[in-house]
Amino acid sequence: MAKIIIPTPLRKFTGNQATIATNGRTIREAIFDLTNQHPDLRNHLLDATGQIRSFVRIFVGDDDILSLDKEETRVADSSIVSIVPAIAGG
Amino acid sequence: MKMIAAKEIVLTYKEDHKRDRYLIVPIIIRKQIERLMEVSYPDEGVGFFYGDEKDNYRIIKRILPVNNAKDGDKRKRFEIDPRDYLQAERHAVEWGLSMIGIYHSHPNHPAIPSVHDLKLAVPYFSYVILSIVNGIAQDWTSWRLDEDVKLFEQENLVL
Repeated sequence: MAKIIIPTPLRKFTGNQATIATNGRTIREAIFDLTNQHPDLRNHLLDATGQIRSFVRIFVGDDDILSLDKEETRVADSSIVSIVPAIAGG
Repeated sequence: MKMIAAKEIVLTYKEDHKRDRYLIVPIIIRKQIERLMEVSYPDEGVGFFYGDEKDNYRIIKRILPVNNAKDGDKRKRFEIDPRDYLQAERHAVEWGLSMIGIYHSHPNHPAIPSVHDLKLAVPYFSYVILSIVNGIAQDWTSWRLDEDVKLFEQENLVL
């Protein structure tokens, strides 16, 4: 099961767990499984159509999925997936 | 004073609420942040801070300046590269501290959260804003997002 690292601001929605093991062969499936396990994450990660929000970046190891196969990027049991919220303002 | 276009005036915070949260900023941390933000001027400077939390109190123990990666006018906007964020989270584990917030500056503008600050604000973090006027640090404020009403709540700063 791939491990998803939850960014600090969203850990309140996972019972303060920093890492969640997920089922799924792709990022799409893993994130879907994550939001099933912790439904309060859903609005922060997915838009109304169930797609990953554009301002949420996802890394597999050190690789941004935008440079891989995006949501169809395959994940293995050994994969470490990191969710990165957009931090911006001014 | 060099005029920079005003940020959009929109209410971004709750005007009447019980301010029962505290962010403690030790003097050495305060001086570090002020110096960094003055050096960044006239651009917005930005960084993360780490520390401990108990009940309604947070204390900053360490800061991590990061690059303002905004592709555009850095005098009015900041953006953090996702890879810098990733590294910042890893530092929290390495240092054994909680990542508790973000500081950034408002060059020649009040330390009041803008609509842009609110738009992408995330829960949990304390958002520290410093007003830097003509290159000199002035006011400090700190805010946390109330997700229910999508407005900031001001924290008490202990400087």
